[in-house]
Amino acid sequence: MNFGYYPGCSLSGTGREFDKSLKEVLKVLDVKLDEVKDWSCCGASSAHVTSHFLSVALPARNLILAKEQNLENVVAPCAACYNRLLGAQEEMNSNPILKEKVESAIEKKYTNHLNILNLVDLFNNIGLDKVKEKVKHPLKNINAACYYGCLLVRPSSLTKFDDAEQPEEMEKIITTLGGKAVEWNYKVECCGAAHSIAHTEIVKNLSKKILDDAIKNNADVIVVACPMCHSNLDMRQKNIVKENKDFKEIPVLYLTELMGLAFGIDEKKLGLDLHFIDAMKLSKKLEEAAV
Amino acid sequence: MSHAVHDPIYQEIVDLTGQDPALCYQCGKCSAGCPIREYEDSAPNRIIRYVQLGFYDKALTSSTIWLCASCMTCSTRCPQEYELPRLMDALREIAIKKNIKPAEEKVYKFHKAFLKQIKNNGRAFEFGLVRDYKLSTFDLMQDVEAAPGMFLKGKISLMPHKIKDRNSVKKIFKKSEGDEQ
Repeated sequence: MNFGYYPGCSLSGTGREFDKSLKEVLKVLDVKLDEVKDWSCCGASSAHVTSHFLSVALPARNLILAKEQNLENVVAPCAACYNRLLGAQEEMNSNPILKEKVESAIEKKYTNHLNILNLVDLFNNIGLDKVKEKVKHPLKNINAACYYGCLLVRPSSLTKFDDAEQPEEMEKIITTLGGKAVEWNYKVECCGAAHSIAHTEIVKNLSKKILDDAIKNNADVIVVACPMCHSNLDMRQKNIVKENKDFKEIPVLYLTELMGLAFGIDEKKLGLDLHFIDAMKLSKKLEEAAV
Repeated sequence: MSHAVHDPIYQEIVDLTGQDPALCYQCGKCSAGCPIREYEDSAPNRIIRYVQLGFYDKALTSSTIWLCASCMTCSTRCPQEYELPRLMDALREIAIKKNIKPAEEKVYKFHKAFLKQIKNNGRAFEFGLVRDYKLSTFDLMQDVEAAPGMFLKGKISLMPHKIKDRNSVKKIFKKSEGDEQ
């Protein structure tokens, strides 16, 4: 099986364990990724702040490159990239004036439709039965809080993915891996997103509410599919721990890292040592369960 | 809202967002679910009301347009399917064009620093972003504790990843800057 791949900037930087773990699990699932050549940034959470044109033209450049490479589909594991690529495609297909302006800036023609997949779509396309076949160490005593955040599900008119208020596609994957998905209240609440640097306070406060609710509902781990959510919940948790003496740390893992552990892949190959909040103890918990 | 329909700013908003702000009937659901509400100076539904009534200066100088995190909780719940984050985008874009001082300058400087990296390298470059942001805000102590961990874990590189065809990305920026003049 082959899929086009748009890694996005975070996956080679702050979210590089996402890229590592994705490639490791896909190796086991016998899936190959065909990277969009010379891809550029989608504009992420910044382009749309200053210019609508920029927020469409930057991702559109990548859509055009993917088509030139004859890709039928593109997996964008970062939820922000996924959302921006989808949004640009929608605009290019429905706004002829803007499309013409973008084409004249890029000096290339935009053609037709590309199937843009998020991380969960990818595994649903591969098939959860295939995922299940590869499970060596079921996540027996792991309680996972699946966190979707904003950009994976919203706006639903654009993503057409799962339920915008009560999604459960990630929970299905956790169950497939032999784990238990906890019921909780903050799975689609915002973590403060791009305010991490200019307004750290906002991100800390919003992220703490999310972390608190996961802990209250007995989660051992929060599972994410977005590098921005990961950085806010993992790195900013360090600030939260410092300011709240009673706060109990909770590891935040990418869905692909947890899948990798269930597949029996070495934790360092998955990048579990790259977290701010200790994620290695989770794999120890799994080992104990296996004994 | 008939008086506002012929107004050029109103028309620009309609063009940028693809929707008519008159759709909103002020139920307030957007403000009730807004995760950033406690930090904003005006409630999100009030921003739409300002626009409906032609009080653009109120909307354009508000901190709300800069603090909106584009989480899209409001548009998901809106009974009129009005996409409020797109109105926030349009108002920021108009405020920048009109050289209106942003109520949240740090937020604007952050995004400018981010976009500068994309313009120069074709990709985001976190080290350059944080460096430029700090220099523009004098917020030098921001994340000094997290930085060593980021370097040690190889999460932030000192050199940018540059794409080959940087010129094509520069052309996109040039076109968008042409708009602003």
